[in-house]
Amino acid sequence: MKKYKSDVVVIGAGAAGLAAAIEVKKAGLEVLLIERDKELGGITLQCIHNGFGLKEFEEELTGPEYVQRFINQVKELKIPYLLDSMVIEITKEKLVYAVNRNEGLIEIKAKTIILAMGCREKTRGAINIPGFRPAGIYTAGQAQRFVNIEGYLPGNTYVILGSGDIGMIMARRLTWEGCKVKAVVEIQSYVSGLLRNQVQCLEDYDIPLITGFTVTKIHGHERIKGVTISKVSRNFDRIIGSDKFIECDTLLLSVGLIPENELTLEAGAEISQNGGPLVDENLETTIDGIFACGNVLQVHDLVDMVTAEAKRAGKNAIEYLDTRYGKELKKQKTFKCISGENVGYVKPDVINKEDIAKDIHFTFRVKYPARRVLIQFKDENNNVIYSRKKIYVIPSEMIELNLNLEEANVNPKSKSITIEVIPRPEVLIEED
Amino acid sequence: MIYDVIIIGGGVTGCCIARNLSKYDLKIALLEKEADIASGTTKANSGVVHAGFASPREYVKRDVCIKGNKLYTQAFEELNFSFQRIGSFVVALEDNQIKKLEEQRRQGTQDGVPGLEVILDKKKIKYMEPNLTDDVVGVLHAPTAGIVSPYGMTYALAENAAMNGVKFFRNQKVRRIKHQNYTFIIKTKDKEFKATNVINAAGVYGAKISKMVGLDYFDIMPRKGEYILFDRNAMHLNKILFPTPTKVSKGILVCPTVSGNTFVGPNAQNITDKKDLATTEAGLKEILEGGRHLVPNLPVRASIRNFAGLRAVPDTYDFIIDNTDVFGFINVVGILSPGLTSCYAIAERVSEFLELLGANMTIKEDYNPIRPKPEKFKDFSKIELDKKIKEDPAWGRIICRCETIPEKEILNALHSPVGATTVDGIKFRCRPGMGRCQGGFCRPRLIEILSRELNIPYEEVMKTGEETNFLVAKTKEIVLRSLEGGSEE
Repeated sequence: MKKYKSDVVVIGAGAAGLAAAIEVKKAGLEVLLIERDKELGGITLQCIHNGFGLKEFEEELTGPEYVQRFINQVKELKIPYLLDSMVIEITKEKLVYAVNRNEGLIEIKAKTIILAMGCREKTRGAINIPGFRPAGIYTAGQAQRFVNIEGYLPGNTYVILGSGDIGMIMARRLTWEGCKVKAVVEIQSYVSGLLRNQVQCLEDYDIPLITGFTVTKIHGHERIKGVTISKVSRNFDRIIGSDKFIECDTLLLSVGLIPENELTLEAGAEISQNGGPLVDENLETTIDGIFACGNVLQVHDLVDMVTAEAKRAGKNAIEYLDTRYGKELKKQKTFKCISGENVGYVKPDVINKEDIAKDIHFTFRVKYPARRVLIQFKDENNNVIYSRKKIYVIPSEMIELNLNLEEANVNPKSKSITIEVIPRPEVLIEED
Repeated sequence: MIYDVIIIGGGVTGCCIARNLSKYDLKIALLEKEADIASGTTKANSGVVHAGFASPREYVKRDVCIKGNKLYTQAFEELNFSFQRIGSFVVALEDNQIKKLEEQRRQGTQDGVPGLEVILDKKKIKYMEPNLTDDVVGVLHAPTAGIVSPYGMTYALAENAAMNGVKFFRNQKVRRIKHQNYTFIIKTKDKEFKATNVINAAGVYGAKISKMVGLDYFDIMPRKGEYILFDRNAMHLNKILFPTPTKVSKGILVCPTVSGNTFVGPNAQNITDKKDLATTEAGLKEILEGGRHLVPNLPVRASIRNFAGLRAVPDTYDFIIDNTDVFGFINVVGILSPGLTSCYAIAERVSEFLELLGANMTIKEDYNPIRPKPEKFKDFSKIELDKKIKEDPAWGRIICRCETIPEKEILNALHSPVGATTVDGIKFRCRPGMGRCQGGFCRPRLIEILSRELNIPYEEVMKTGEETNFLVAKTKEIVLRSLEGGSEE
């Protein structure tokens, strides 16, 4: 068995893993990248549309252009990486086991690990569409890989279920390929992806967007022949009599993404309600010295945000090696971050009380869209320690904010902090 | 060439008969209408090996079920499929159901079902199966019941039969059967087969095949059963859980699979279309509600697939295992539940019929009943794994991340006797695409491997059979076609 050692092992060489590895290497530490695919870059490689890099580089780039800048840095900095290598196990002792064709089983002894495995797409089974199980049903990302990487078209006429970003982007991509996209069907009353994609990918190409509907039956024995769509009630039950048949030979699903945490779970780390690992303000999981960043932690709107988070994870891993590695430190007291009204989840999940004087970076999403809201942080005794107005919130847009808890006068004895997004009380008397 | 025996139908019944007959000095062929064996009822059923006390006493199926259950022990040792005798509970939720359980226990014990016990101690019941509802008042425990992968066992049976000389022909839908001079001439789309004896194991199409030789004495109705499958690790059941049965079916059960998943189902819907494998909104609701009576905290959010299967329900409600009036034509049809349990006993009965029909039942000297255990990545220790990859690098390329399936297992599934030719064929043989991502990651890689190994273009790689291609054209082709069309005008 081949054995390696490294200060830091980064699992996954997509946008998150690359940025984290570069951060660590720049500080002069050893880092090893492990990637399961045949090249560096991850899923961003198949995102050949533009819109990347506006925050990070203040330029508009395509996905491959964006990620290539990081790949170039990895090569310049001579960061070692393993390709076509699948990590099959991570242990609490920070041993990483991977396999590949050339080296067989590999054991890597790491001082710290950064998890950057990304996410996966929800499938048909997970949302339980009834009907037949013919060929011609794909997740949007899978179709994207077929078209943009493999160079094949999965069908001629399409219905896309879900208005996630990849689904809308694929609607435009397939239209360019001469395919017909009959409709994008969204169960909610609002689009689940970014507004810019709704405008640039659907409206500019006259692709019908049907909200408040879902696919209720799949037709066809061999290849899919069409779908029935139906209007849904508030509880998402089918409204009888609202069925419509749409003929198509392909159904794409763009119904959400789930952080991919099988390895994290097997290592024994706790997973929180959003499907990502439970982390503190350092992006450290419940296992000492294992950090997480990018879509494995939480699904982001933009790759630029992934990069920023990965850099933080890299920095925190460096700090861990400098100050805490190998020391038996006492378990710190924490604030627990609780998702209050209209908050789907919050990262970090916990905050170490020692870091009360530091700026904490919070990220969270609302559960449903709302206008004229108040974002509030409360401590255990319901004292408001922070509040901010916002005109409009929507689940597709992650909310990011920095807060210094000490400056916010948090009660240091409080066990928790609750974050809520509530209607602004003054709305009633506010002039329009 | 005239075969001694031709079996029509490559489900678990047909393949089990083929394998049992392969020990004799007979020339045997099996015809399957689909692109792969185990494509019908065998692919979508509960995978339960029943203890055998459930069917009424006057039925043949009770007898072959009890015998069939016992025969699993030897078959498991020889064929190396996944099978676990975990035991079943028939669950009583009301006091008046206990009488029924007591009666089943008494009759079952009399008929040779071992170990039956009615348990009324709620603590003990909950200890044996903690997921069971608090409303339980008693259970009938049958320790010999088990779970099996029905298609996994069928592939094992077919492989072993092929090793022992049985010829398998797939994509061979039988169109006509002529019977003259004690020979059957079977016509398919592109081939003609001749045989002295024919065994009809055509499942839901059993009546249709029987009528081809003029035997019209029963009818087969398809009855649909829907299922929902949950992710591995979402729940760990110790026992197969049945409700106290009704006249129509054994009811909706909650049951673990040999792969560590849990499923709930089936319901029972009589239908007419033999291709109707659609799941329905109402049906999925019905099975969830039914399942919750037994296990209130079903892991609904961890569901990864819903599917439906058809049972071949004969109008007699009993198995039809007949040495018929047409000399040499044996019907083995109407094999609904507990057909999976009964298949080994049914196969023995068929051998007895063939002996009566004068077939040469001498056991071959070179008959090998052992189908070697398929090698699995997950079964290797770390040291073995390292060695395996050094011997063959295909062990080191992981194709399916959810189930950890390397390329080597896929190549084995493609190149085994009666090997896979489609993506689903691979999926059912070695599980890539069966996990929680349902093929999102591995499918492009499987298409690449199938294209390479079968030497076909990407567009001709199929999901299940004809017209189930994944890809329709190369990029730019559709645009170019429309441009060419435009310039002609």
